[in-house]
Amino acid sequence: MSENNTSKQKEPLFSHRNQRLLSNPLGKDNPITVQVLGICSVLAITVQLRTSLVMAISVVAVMGLANVIISVLRKTIPPRIRIIVQLTVIASLVILVDQLLKAYIYDVSRQLSVFVGLIITNCIIMGRLEAFALNNKPWPSFLDGVGNAAGYGVVLLTVGFFRELLGSGTLLGYPVIPNFLYDLGYENNGFMILPPMALITVGIIIWVHRHRDRNLVDIS
Amino acid sequence: MEDLVSIFVRAIFIDNMVFAYFLGMCSYLAVSRTVNTSVGLGFAVIFVLGITVPINYLLENYILGRGALAWLGPRFASIDLSFLTFIMFIAIIAAMVQLVEMIIEKVSPTLYNTLGIFLPLIAVNCAILGGSLFMQERNFMNIAEAASFGLGSGVGFFLAIVGIAAIREKIRYSAVPAPLRGLGITFIITGLMGIGFMSFMGIEL
Repeated sequence: MSENNTSKQKEPLFSHRNQRLLSNPLGKDNPITVQVLGICSVLAITVQLRTSLVMAISVVAVMGLANVIISVLRKTIPPRIRIIVQLTVIASLVILVDQLLKAYIYDVSRQLSVFVGLIITNCIIMGRLEAFALNNKPWPSFLDGVGNAAGYGVVLLTVGFFRELLGSGTLLGYPVIPNFLYDLGYENNGFMILPPMALITVGIIIWVHRHRDRNLVDIS
Repeated sequence: MEDLVSIFVRAIFIDNMVFAYFLGMCSYLAVSRTVNTSVGLGFAVIFVLGITVPINYLLENYILGRGALAWLGPRFASIDLSFLTFIMFIAIIAAMVQLVEMIIEKVSPTLYNTLGIFLPLIAVNCAILGGSLFMQERNFMNIAEAASFGLGSGVGFFLAIVGIAAIREKIRYSAVPAPLRGLGITFIITGLMGIGFMSFMGIEL
């Protein structure tokens, strides 16, 4: 593999390995559909595309920074108390995000309600800190964090897109379904706005994803 | 007293942690392969929610909220520490989980063995932090209401996880399309269960 000859000299910023860190979570290592982490928030805040977008950006920010901080501190953190250190770092970053959201986009912050706080217990973040940032240099950790958060964001946006389109007939708050369709008798599916449809939408996304990539099929 | 019962029942059926707010989904999906383990996790969640929600209620009302420090004297009445909520709640939860684990280990080794590995996992279960954050949003009148909300949420989670585990044990023998096996079908079943639980909506208590 190409990893052997790059290990000697200084690795370029976007080496093949680092690119994979960024791109794998978008597809075959997707944190939601494959690793099953961080499901809670995917479902609750995807009624509209706008809230999904804000949430995705918040998670990318928190995760990238948390991974860098833990990775920088990885040699000084005593292993016995690492979980509480990780929680403290994440919680501080989430407080920052929460205050920023409250200051600049108050209405979205109200809609997200407790789910901003719940980024703290989003298992993707803890999972990546444990599995990657504790053993790797800051730059790869940053890429890994951003990549995983982006993989999470992609699913979030897909679910948000379909739920808002089918449920309210709008995207980002703008009506997109042309009026003549309503005249012909088309109606918004109010069911898509209700909580259970989020689960079923994610179920279908997983179905499509695994159908296209047969290696992921659960054989147990 | 009626209020307490009504809050309890609402928390179990109408505002169910799993089906209405999707909290605790990670452990819900990961630990629901067999009924036995899911019962263990369910009890641990009831236990920890029943303890942390009232404690965080006290924290919120006597230390963190706007004007909550007034009992220290008039000088402190204007202090608002609510921006510290997240970090304090998660610290309390982590500490309580540790404490509960030690107490159970001392008092009842059998219960400790049943709950086993699930107790430490609970510190990062979103249902626990979510319970405390919802408690903060609902503005309960006193600590008994907060406690009954915490217990009710725990029982709701217990019902959900034991239900899905029972279905997953059966579905292993069914011909599910290959890409849907495991995770996919679990999501769809949870959705259907959620639709079932929606029928409790609109019940006035």
